[in-house]
Amino acid sequence: MKQAFAQYPRVMRNVLQRMFASRLAGFFNILVIGIALSLPAGLYALLQNAQGLIAQFSGSPQISLFLNMDATTGDTDRLHKQLTQHPGVGHVEFITRAQALEQIKQSNGLTDVIGSLNRNPLPDAFIIYPEQDGAEPLETLRNELAKLPGVEHAQLDSDWAYKLEALLEFGRLAVLVLASLLSLALIAITFNTIRLQILTQRDEIEVARLIGATNGFIRRPFLYFGALQGLFGGITAWLIVTAGLLLLNHPLGTLSRLYASQFTLHPLAVSDSLSLLLFSMYLGWLGAWLSVGRHLAQTDRCR
Amino acid sequence: MISFNQVNKRYPGGHEALKHVSFDIAEGEMVFLSGHSGAGKSTLLKLIAAIERPDSGSVLVNNQNVGTLKDGALPYLRRNLGIIFQDHKLLFDRNVFDNVLLPLQICGFDHRESGKRVRAALDKVGLLKREKASPVALSGGEQQRLCIARAIVNRPSILLADEPTGNLDSEYAQEIMAIFRSFHQVGVTLLISTHDESVLQDGGVRRLTLKQGELQS
Repeated sequence: MKQAFAQYPRVMRNVLQRMFASRLAGFFNILVIGIALSLPAGLYALLQNAQGLIAQFSGSPQISLFLNMDATTGDTDRLHKQLTQHPGVGHVEFITRAQALEQIKQSNGLTDVIGSLNRNPLPDAFIIYPEQDGAEPLETLRNELAKLPGVEHAQLDSDWAYKLEALLEFGRLAVLVLASLLSLALIAITFNTIRLQILTQRDEIEVARLIGATNGFIRRPFLYFGALQGLFGGITAWLIVTAGLLLLNHPLGTLSRLYASQFTLHPLAVSDSLSLLLFSMYLGWLGAWLSVGRHLAQTDRCR
Repeated sequence: MISFNQVNKRYPGGHEALKHVSFDIAEGEMVFLSGHSGAGKSTLLKLIAAIERPDSGSVLVNNQNVGTLKDGALPYLRRNLGIIFQDHKLLFDRNVFDNVLLPLQICGFDHRESGKRVRAALDKVGLLKREKASPVALSGGEQQRLCIARAIVNRPSILLADEPTGNLDSEYAQEIMAIFRSFHQVGVTLLISTHDESVLQDGGVRRLTLKQGELQS
């Protein structure tokens, strides 16, 4: 291990020289890796943005309970008590029909319309802030509350957010599948690049082994090469994704202004960017490792 | 230092390269290995460096049975040996200096110290002035001497040479032999395979003769 560190500068210099010597082929390799990785990475960035958007709109989930129009104060009091004691309910807010009417009058500028009504059409309502988050427990809670006496209708306000969340889950799965497939492609690309290099350096490898080189010594420059190529590929992918998001931002800005909202795509987070680079580096390393390992095993068998 | 005991080696296809070979070489001894081509000289040398493994019998180097060494231990055995290959095995993508440097890089030698050692080895074989040359530009004799420099730069205690004067005229051959004798004088154990009669005439050197895989007494 100590030896590996001592040789690091020399091996690294050799690897860089070799990379520079075949820079055109290397450039295309890196481009292919970059494009392959940018697909899942880009999709991931879009998903992250979509999720941010949902979180912004949905807030914390609520269940609205609308009571029967003929509910008396005694009924609502009993229900209020019942709700506060329910284990699935975190916090309860009671809105009387008069309050609700007042709110509508203020917020929507419908004063005239409301004023023209001869009686209040709104029921008393409870707003429930549930203890638990998540689509399924909330749906169970809603069904349970709907069955309480005096409740006319129970509505899960963030229902649409959960539907979208499920869709995103599907998207994440797609990213995972895509990333796995393209990772295999990346390993294959590195495997082949390294195999070609090994073929041109066959003599050197043979001589080195005959005069006492360990397998680690033989592997090291190829592993560095693979990891470095993977890293450059990862950087290329990052640039593609970032440039793509910035490009999309302009038309998206126009669109969101038409909807009177301000929405811009965020680039990949620092941690995600680092993960992308480390992952592509690791895949390059792995491809090289497999390639050299195969060659060493093959020459061992020939002996 | 090197000890063969009833060693047999058969290649795939049935060719028996070595049959019941037994001998001992003491530390610091210089020994010629003679015989016609195909008599098993190269195979014998390969067994010492564990490039081949014996089918039966034992090959001891420094009291270590190299026939049963694990693959992972082979590099460390070979670092103790200087091997001069029949086909030189020089690397033509680098200059003379870097060819000799390779064994030191493999052992993880300190960079500055390596330079001194490489030049000392090149000086010993008379190639110091050609350190920047490409091996392609060297004559046959010079290539052979470069191969020797690479074999000794590690200061091994055992030197194995496979037909070191193979394609050289007698003047070059004498030069090479003089170099070997100088190593012998400083205590290196040498095993030199050759079928060159002019070399074998060298007086006072023990001789092992192989004939169709068997050691002649």
